[in-house]
Amino acid sequence: MTDISQTDIRTSTDESAGVQATGHVVTFSEDQPLKLDCGVSIAPVTIAYQTYGRMNADKSNIILICHALTGDQHAASSHPVTGKPGWWNYMVGPGKPIDTDRYYLICANVLGGCMGTTGPADLDPKTGKPYGLTFPVITIGDMVRAQAMLLDHLEIEDLFCVLGGSMGGMQVLQWAAAYPDRVFSAVPIATAAKHSAQNIAFHEVGRQAIMADPTWHGGDYYSHEETPRKGLAVARMAAHITYLSEAALHRKFGRNLQDRESITYGFDADFQIESYLRHQGFTFVDRFDANSYLYITRAMDYFDLAADYGGVLANAFKGSSTRFCVVSFTSDWLFPTSENRTIVLALNSVAANVSFVEIETDKGHDAFLLDEPEFHSVLSGFLDGAAIHRGLPPKS
Amino acid sequence: MNRMATTFPKLRPDLQLIADMIADDARVLDVGCGDGSLLEYLMLAKRVDARGVELSQAGVNACVARGLSVIQGDADKDLQDYPSDAFDYVILSQTIQATVSPKDVMEEMTRIGKNVIVSLPNFGHWRVRWQLALSGRMPVTKSLDDPWYSTPNIHLCSIKDFINLVHNIGGVVERAVAVNSKGRARDFIGGDSFANLYAEEAVFLITRRVAG
Repeated sequence: MTDISQTDIRTSTDESAGVQATGHVVTFSEDQPLKLDCGVSIAPVTIAYQTYGRMNADKSNIILICHALTGDQHAASSHPVTGKPGWWNYMVGPGKPIDTDRYYLICANVLGGCMGTTGPADLDPKTGKPYGLTFPVITIGDMVRAQAMLLDHLEIEDLFCVLGGSMGGMQVLQWAAAYPDRVFSAVPIATAAKHSAQNIAFHEVGRQAIMADPTWHGGDYYSHEETPRKGLAVARMAAHITYLSEAALHRKFGRNLQDRESITYGFDADFQIESYLRHQGFTFVDRFDANSYLYITRAMDYFDLAADYGGVLANAFKGSSTRFCVVSFTSDWLFPTSENRTIVLALNSVAANVSFVEIETDKGHDAFLLDEPEFHSVLSGFLDGAAIHRGLPPKS
Repeated sequence: MNRMATTFPKLRPDLQLIADMIADDARVLDVGCGDGSLLEYLMLAKRVDARGVELSQAGVNACVARGLSVIQGDADKDLQDYPSDAFDYVILSQTIQATVSPKDVMEEMTRIGKNVIVSLPNFGHWRVRWQLALSGRMPVTKSLDDPWYSTPNIHLCSIKDFINLVHNIGGVVERAVAVNSKGRARDFIGGDSFANLYAEEAVFLITRRVAG
């Protein structure tokens, strides 16, 4: 422990959410390498994380929030680059379902990320240059192992709850399987125990868009003036479609034209949906590293929890005393209810304690980030129930 | 017994009968748990590890929002996912008559539960017999209040019929309670013709016959 240097880089109160949010960075030195699934070890490893709320005396109120592909540690604090409110502002805060008045929250940027945790944009100590494509290929298991290393360092033995949507949900499942004794309750949301062929296909389109951008320079754009903004923007545009639903696209945009009376017989953004996607793409590139996008999408593609347990998903949860709450959304076609139900089935077959809720919405995969009152009341009720069993004081 | 018990909201009489059959700290699965009131009672009054299965998604969401462990599922299809002997008690209250194949459901329940508790409306009740005999039409009563063409109750039976099914699947009726139209409950034994005539509802505690 003595070799670890921890620095608090930032303590700030996010006024908009009224949450005490504290930024931290911890670096694990060369003699504490992180062993990766691909067979190599990586060191040093830096983990950047935010904390919200207050830890109680017996450390029994700690929730780990796992973020999705393009998320980060700023679940409920304003983003340092975009200045926008936290990505889970609807859910996290005082009096909200994940109540910062009751729980102590930790949200860490994932391994391979680009918001302070070690990733491909960071310097390789061996060469003194950014890793780029020499960064080892990482997995969901590696991300979770890095988080466990952080908890060890913080002397946190177990978590009241591990919670997350999409890729965050994959981490939740990995946590419950790899560290059952450290997870009192687990909420995998809009996720799957394996990445489907269709999902791998969409990721591959995104990666090829990045790699086809000449400014990508085989991943070594850090030494050049330009970054592959266009490729990354196209990747984001394609991915963004998968986060929505046909019904929501129709409701929000239909065939409406963008600031014009009629079509222009050109390739300008005539339609509102085009303008919207271009905006999504171009704002994304300011806050995200293209190589991080490659590595993290790959980690999701490689995720197949059952494969690590003899091909039987149920074996991943054998003997688990964790309380699970699986949540899916009716219009989510990226991580459909059927994938979530597969998780429930596996949990049932080992008689695990599981709740399963499907929320009716037309907002697609993104619904887990949005204002969905029924989802919020279900999650808040599940946490209340788990809190009773954990012996936490009731809601005041 | 439990000093807290008196402070809980009153359960429906047949649910209270069921709750009284369940030991403290047991593992319980309530199949067709509705709004979760029995589960909540068992969890709070008897510290039971209580789980529920409910067909309606709205019902499930309401239960989970109350802090109960409930999944969306169908008694006819989803019980086969559970391992054998997973629960101390499996409960099916006022639901067996609405299942597609009651025999399979009973077999699955006796497989996954060491004890099975079933409550059902008695189609052998004198009022049912009287209505059919007198009017020549399908009976419509307080506990069976839908006309034949829209009733969800597709497999109605009498107390005698049900006990027969229990024997057929290798089960043992450990306890049988008849409830009359005034809500009064009394224990009865086996194929009691009197109970079959006067009970509007019945609750059974069933175990598996020990092999050999």
